[in-house]
Amino acid sequence: MSLLEVRNLKVNVDNHEILKGIDLEINPGEVHSIMGPNGSGKSTLAQVLARRESYDVTGGEILYDGKDLLAMKPEDAACEGIFMAFQYPVEIPGISNAYFLRSALNAIRKYRGQDELDAMDFLPMFREKLKLLDMDEKQMNRSVNEGFSGGEKKRNEILQMAVLEPKLAILDETDSGLDIDALRIVANGVNAMRSPERAIIVVTHYQRLLNYIVPDFVHVLVNGRIVRSGGPELALELEEKGYGEIESEARQVTPA
Amino acid sequence: MITATEQLEIYLESFTELQKRAAGRDLPWLRQLREDAFARFCEVGFPNTHDEDWRFTNVSAIARAPFQLAQDGGLSNEEVEPFRIKGAACQLVFVNGRFVRDLSSIGKLPAGVNVNGLAEEINGNPRVLEAHFGRYLDTRRDAFCALNTAFADDGAYVHIRKGTIVEDPIFLLFISTVGDAPLMSHPRNLIVAEQESQATIVEDYVSLGESTAFCNTVTELVAGDNAVISHYMIEREHRQAFNVSTLRIQQGRSANVASHSVLLGGGLVRNNVHPVLAGEGGECLINGLFIGNGQQHLDNYMLVEHASPHCGSRQFYNGILDDRAHGVFHGRIIVHKDAQKTDAKQTNRNLLLSDDAQIDTKPQLEIYADDVKCTHGATIGQIDENALFYLRSRGIDELSARKLLLFAFASECLDRMKASPAREHVEELIHGHLLEVAHSANRFATGIPSEDTGRKWEEIG
Ligand SMILES: Nc1ncnc2c1ncn2[C@@H]1O[C@H](COP(=O)(O)OP(=O)(O)OP(=O)(O)O)[C@@H](O)[C@H]1O
Ligand SMILES: [Mg+2]
Repeated sequence: MSLLEVRNLKVNVDNHEILKGIDLEINPGEVHSIMGPNGSGKSTLAQVLARRESYDVTGGEILYDGKDLLAMKPEDAACEGIFMAFQYPVEIPGISNAYFLRSALNAIRKYRGQDELDAMDFLPMFREKLKLLDMDEKQMNRSVNEGFSGGEKKRNEILQMAVLEPKLAILDETDSGLDIDALRIVANGVNAMRSPERAIIVVTHYQRLLNYIVPDFVHVLVNGRIVRSGGPELALELEEKGYGEIESEARQVTPA
Repeated sequence: MITATEQLEIYLESFTELQKRAAGRDLPWLRQLREDAFARFCEVGFPNTHDEDWRFTNVSAIARAPFQLAQDGGLSNEEVEPFRIKGAACQLVFVNGRFVRDLSSIGKLPAGVNVNGLAEEINGNPRVLEAHFGRYLDTRRDAFCALNTAFADDGAYVHIRKGTIVEDPIFLLFISTVGDAPLMSHPRNLIVAEQESQATIVEDYVSLGESTAFCNTVTELVAGDNAVISHYMIEREHRQAFNVSTLRIQQGRSANVASHSVLLGGGLVRNNVHPVLAGEGGECLINGLFIGNGQQHLDNYMLVEHASPHCGSRQFYNGILDDRAHGVFHGRIIVHKDAQKTDAKQTNRNLLLSDDAQIDTKPQLEIYADDVKCTHGATIGQIDENALFYLRSRGIDELSARKLLLFAFASECLDRMKASPAREHVEELIHGHLLEVAHSANRFATGIPSEDTGRKWEEIG
């Protein structure tokens, strides 16, 4: 059984159709990349998968692990193993990173019927993940994302993923704004998470990240539709030709 | 409901009764003080909303209720137990404003500290008291202060001698109990902290049972030169309670006072904080947190008087209001002519969780010196939906996520409290209270109307 099955998904934002019928099937162990120009609907898809309620789903369905994902609240989706790394991580003054992350992990553990971890149990595992992402423990006592640079915020998202160990991770432009060193660290962090049970969706604008995280499949999202799907070579082709050409080619093969 | 004349008659009856039995009724100065204060109260009556200082708070519900002076309520230790705090240096318990020695524990206080009920102190040792008692409070400005002084009979007396350091908090617990008629009490506290002393004093107002009650309290706090004092006022009475409190602080040279007001309970609450920075180089922090839901009305009034040069004052108030709750932040700063190099700052931040919640915030700066720095800022916001989604997307359920965000906002005030059992006590209370508020905010978010836990002030009387 596939882990995620999106069927003819249609989504409106402010009465404007943003996703116009998306089909996507993802199996455990696979890494899929979704590429597309500005405003094509990549983040909309990611947020709907993370169950943001302000998006208006007008048609289609999503099966996650055989369950109706659209019936889930964000926290339930998270507890069921969905994780989205935000394109724009949110700053939350007054809540420390460490406290937040432990609360999140314990919420998920509780949902799964596991014991909650106290600070002492949490720390060794947490330290290990911090090391993986080359992050400073002191920073974790500061407020969530507050005063973090763009790159630090993105790394913090991957750190959260590493701690929460999702079944389906969706990384929304985790590469944007990263210098090459940070990009390598992030890619390492993601690659360390690859496993036969876990699927990853890498949303990106650029082919660059895919040199480090090599996907099994690439989908091109243009104007609310997946216009082409293929293997990693599609990303290279895209880099060469640009979205415009792919889009017009796609128009010729798929009847309107 | 009663008329103004009937109202004065009721107060006169209580006053006459009290003058016959009050502590120190034979002390001419104290008798005079009470009589003058009562005359003043009769002259001005309760304030109305035309009075600039009471613009946002209508006290007619207090004026119209026929309050009787509360009698001593016999409480058992078991009834008091849940309200006690851990780690206090001593705990003084007051039932309807009267000191109850049997329920109190004086503990192991350092030499140089005297804590007692005010009435006992008046009877036993009025000489020391006379130097300070009623010397700072302005009964002419405020009818509630006049009323309190007229009925000043018992409360807490705390005297800390020169250079004495009290590590753990001095805990003063004020319990109001149920009566057949609406009850009033007028606790009167005097805290004298001499030169170079250090202490933390917690006033905690609670109630047992739910019936209309009016607690009108005054604390005079004298902080001598170089004294370092933290004062906490915690209001957590039930929703049928009217609570008016005044903290009058007199600061000596380089004295450092922190006032923390935490308003969680009560139906109609007014908290006045009035420091006078009388000596050079004094520092005053006025920190406040008010969290209201239902129909609560929580009014924070500050009058900060800079009377000497080189003093600093900081006012920070955070408010969280839900349902139809109404909050007020009225921060008045007066910088007198000679108070050069004054540095005064005022900040009020608010979270409104419902469309019907309301905050009135009013800065009022009166500056008569020319070399001063005064700033003011106020903000009103809602729960950040992005932050809420962020937390939920990591598995934290909506209620907990809301509570976490509210707590983060409230903890700005906690962060200004020194680490001590007093702060831990406040933190625990806030956690419990926010869970309730987050619940009702959740109902609001899901469109289910919340029940009104308070009652309309017009209905009382
Ligand atoms: N809250 C919103 N209100 C109105 N329009 C929105 C909102 N969110 C997204 N949109 C619009 O929906 C469209 C798709 O946005 P989305 O963020 O999904 O694109 P994207 O592919 O992620 O773009 P980018 O590469 O810039 O991140 C855009 O035209 C955007 O302007
Ligand atoms: Mg996007």
